[in-house]
Amino acid sequence: MMKRILNLLLVFVLCLSLFSFSGCGYEYFELDLQADYTNNLKGTVLNVYNWGEYISDGSDESIDVNKEFERITGIKVNYSTFESNETMYSQLRTAGVSYDIIIPSDYMISRMMSEGMLLPIDYTKITNYGNIDEKYKGQYFDPENKYTVPYSVGMVGVIYNTSMVQNIEESWSVFWDEKYKNQTLMFSNPRDAFMTAQFYGGISVNSEKKADWDKAVELLKDQKQYLQSYVMDEVYGKMETGEAAIAPYYAGDYLTMYEVNEDLAFFYPKEGTNIFVDAVCIPSCCQNYEAAMLYINFLLEPDIALANAEYIGYASPNTTVFNNPDYYYYGNEILYPPEDKTPKTEYYHDLNKDIRFYYEDLWIDVKLH
Amino acid sequence: MKILSKIYMALIILFLYAPIAVMIVFSFNSGSSVWVFEGFSLGWYAELVFNSEMLEALKHTLLIAILSATISTVLGTAASVGITTLKSKLAKSAIMSVTNIPMMNADIVTGVSLMLLFIFCGKLFGLTESLGFFTVLIAHITFNLPYVILSVLPKLKQTDPALEQAAMDLGCTPLKAFFKVVLPSISSGIFTGFIMAFTLSLDDFVISYFTCGHYQTLPIVIYNMTKRTVTPDTYALSTIIFITVFALMLLYNITLARSEKKRGVI
Amino acid sequence: MKKSSLGQLFLRAPYVIWSALFIIIPLFIMGYYALTDANGVFSFSNFANLGRYKNAFLISLLYAFISTIITLIIAYPLAYFMTKCKPSTQRFMMILTMLPMWTNFLIRTYSWITILSNTGIINTVLQKFGIGPLHLINRPGTVILGMVYDFLPYMILPIFNVMSKIDNSLIGAAEDLGSNRLNVIKKVIFPLSLPGVISGITMVFVPSVSTFYISQKLGGNKTMLIGDVIEYLFNLGPDYYNVASSISLVLMMIILVSLFIMNRVSDGEDGGVLI
Repeated sequence: MMKRILNLLLVFVLCLSLFSFSGCGYEYFELDLQADYTNNLKGTVLNVYNWGEYISDGSDESIDVNKEFERITGIKVNYSTFESNETMYSQLRTAGVSYDIIIPSDYMISRMMSEGMLLPIDYTKITNYGNIDEKYKGQYFDPENKYTVPYSVGMVGVIYNTSMVQNIEESWSVFWDEKYKNQTLMFSNPRDAFMTAQFYGGISVNSEKKADWDKAVELLKDQKQYLQSYVMDEVYGKMETGEAAIAPYYAGDYLTMYEVNEDLAFFYPKEGTNIFVDAVCIPSCCQNYEAAMLYINFLLEPDIALANAEYIGYASPNTTVFNNPDYYYYGNEILYPPEDKTPKTEYYHDLNKDIRFYYEDLWIDVKLH
Repeated sequence: MKILSKIYMALIILFLYAPIAVMIVFSFNSGSSVWVFEGFSLGWYAELVFNSEMLEALKHTLLIAILSATISTVLGTAASVGITTLKSKLAKSAIMSVTNIPMMNADIVTGVSLMLLFIFCGKLFGLTESLGFFTVLIAHITFNLPYVILSVLPKLKQTDPALEQAAMDLGCTPLKAFFKVVLPSISSGIFTGFIMAFTLSLDDFVISYFTCGHYQTLPIVIYNMTKRTVTPDTYALSTIIFITVFALMLLYNITLARSEKKRGVI
Repeated sequence: MKKSSLGQLFLRAPYVIWSALFIIIPLFIMGYYALTDANGVFSFSNFANLGRYKNAFLISLLYAFISTIITLIIAYPLAYFMTKCKPSTQRFMMILTMLPMWTNFLIRTYSWITILSNTGIINTVLQKFGIGPLHLINRPGTVILGMVYDFLPYMILPIFNVMSKIDNSLIGAAEDLGSNRLNVIKKVIFPLSLPGVISGITMVFVPSVSTFYISQKLGGNKTMLIGDVIEYLFNLGPDYYNVASSISLVLMMIILVSLFIMNRVSDGEDGGVLI
């Protein structure tokens, strides 16, 4: 009797595992590559740590960047995702896991640089580096161009559903408006949530005065009563289905949501907003430096950068992408606003440790308010 | 009264299965959302084959479940035998109290404390990566052990020690006596312990979450997915698992009922 | 005899070493973190600063308390009715209550969003009748619903298990002696089922008080239960390990104290009844 059950269990397990070996149905693309990817690293593993939904993954007949890289170089990509700069940072700090490639944002890059957590990039190996627009080189977080290769650029704005709200004021004040009670979403990441309050209250997002953060936190506590929920990438589902009416999020993601629900509209608030650059870096725990160089070069390939830019929907710093008339978002005014439509913007800067601890504590206060 | 109790039972079952029904229905959604049903399709079941992240995670989960259940069953059974023969009451109760800790404690505390240990050891030995396959395995064995011990111990208590003694008097080595006499009489306890360990390991999220590093199990992948957008293929996989387990349980029950009937006849 | 006891030691030793390494030492390391600051210097400051998280503790205890009571109220009659069924039905009901546990709890919890959200199943149906939409999700009540739902089987199974073992002749005797049905339940069934109730309560209370997923999904991420706080702080990295460890330690103490009280309440009855 017992044996029979054990046998059944084994069969069940075997079926499931057999089933799991049969997975591969992606058809490779014919890529037109600029650089040479011959190497002697076949069979090695490259650990890539990137934002969620931040690389073309083969869905909807797009290019699966990691699979293509594996095919061309023979290096296995072990891909994992994070949902905020802070999570990524703490994962690297714990030394619980190691990565070879990370893609943090500007302010986090300067923190990691100052803490010696990044390795310089060997630009002689990045033959495609010329594809990056000069405008994005030598940014404040890497003035000497030693550690970063820009990946994508974005700004935060407000997404709303035109079938649910009309005549909306193009201001951050919508998140403090009784009219929209239970219809608004908010970032569940403290830095971005504070940003909305700081622009609304006319406070600098980079203030290192505790009193300024105290002022902002009062605004956030006040805001909480009007919110439906705090979200990150769950915003997609909630906005696309009309579960919520208004949400702050990144401009590129709005374009992705618009593809699903055409009632959605977007604006940059008049008070100004945050601009960011996400760049590819090598963490100091990197175990496969040469493969990482190949990967970075691969990301800069026109075909790959185009696939990524179209999949992610963020603005690309790659000249071969935004000058390409076949690019899906070619000339898109939300991603690449012309001079007169460019909103007032502010980069995040790294804050001192004291303030960082201070605002994390304040954030918990908001949640427990 | 009888009718009322039937209705009550039906209502509770309905409550327990409402989300599962939603899961099954939306696994057949032709749209890519688990919120809006657009039409019937088997597409997500086919799509499952392409979801290498999830299939990889499923493989990890099964591997960890089988290994941790097996190891903890062996270790736990041996420990149970060792514990029953302990003379000192104090030592016995000390061991039992420690055994109870992972079972009584909150999963999050167990997970966090193990993570701290692994990271501490990782630093001590200068590892670049202190979390991974082995740490999940160790964590799972640790929380499985008490359940194995607590299903084997009562069976051991029911076994007459004189039997083992008799076997040895008749010339069995202690090892042989154990395998010939003791083991058969506690086999049902061992089996329950194994199944329980297997189930717990399969379903564990909290402890794996803190100890897995790169080695993602299915619950971890699902967790990460619920932070983005859940697509119906997750539901499709869960539906397959659900139906399989349901079928297995029914089968088990039918065989059980049959063997009982047979025994009744004899 | 000597030979055998050596053998027994050999059987015992791996487990003893294992529990020392992976049960005892981790707790000591956690204690070490809780009692030091970020520089490894001994300090009580982590505990002194716990006041900030007072609300999280209070809300978690309150929610866990309420959901334990609700699960008990739901599960007890169910278990009782189950014992009144035919053995085959009993077994089928057992399977039905256990089966949901085999489906990942994250998915089961997530499914509730589809049922309860503003554009969800209930509201869609209500709208057909011209009612609503009702605001069902992202409220404290929804978090409690999630807890009750997720942990209900842990209450049903131990109670049923104990109840089904009550000797029917005891009930018969009570009836023969003139007890009515209510009295039988009060005087015979309830006291005898108490161990099951106790273990059910612990099996629901402990996961409820320490959960960290349910309020994020069903509560709109608007409150932090103590489990959420621990998860959040650990995710912030090593700088927060000290304070997060002290919170975990306090949570553990709370759980141990509640279990201790529970065991006292049950009159020294063995609380360790398992499924």
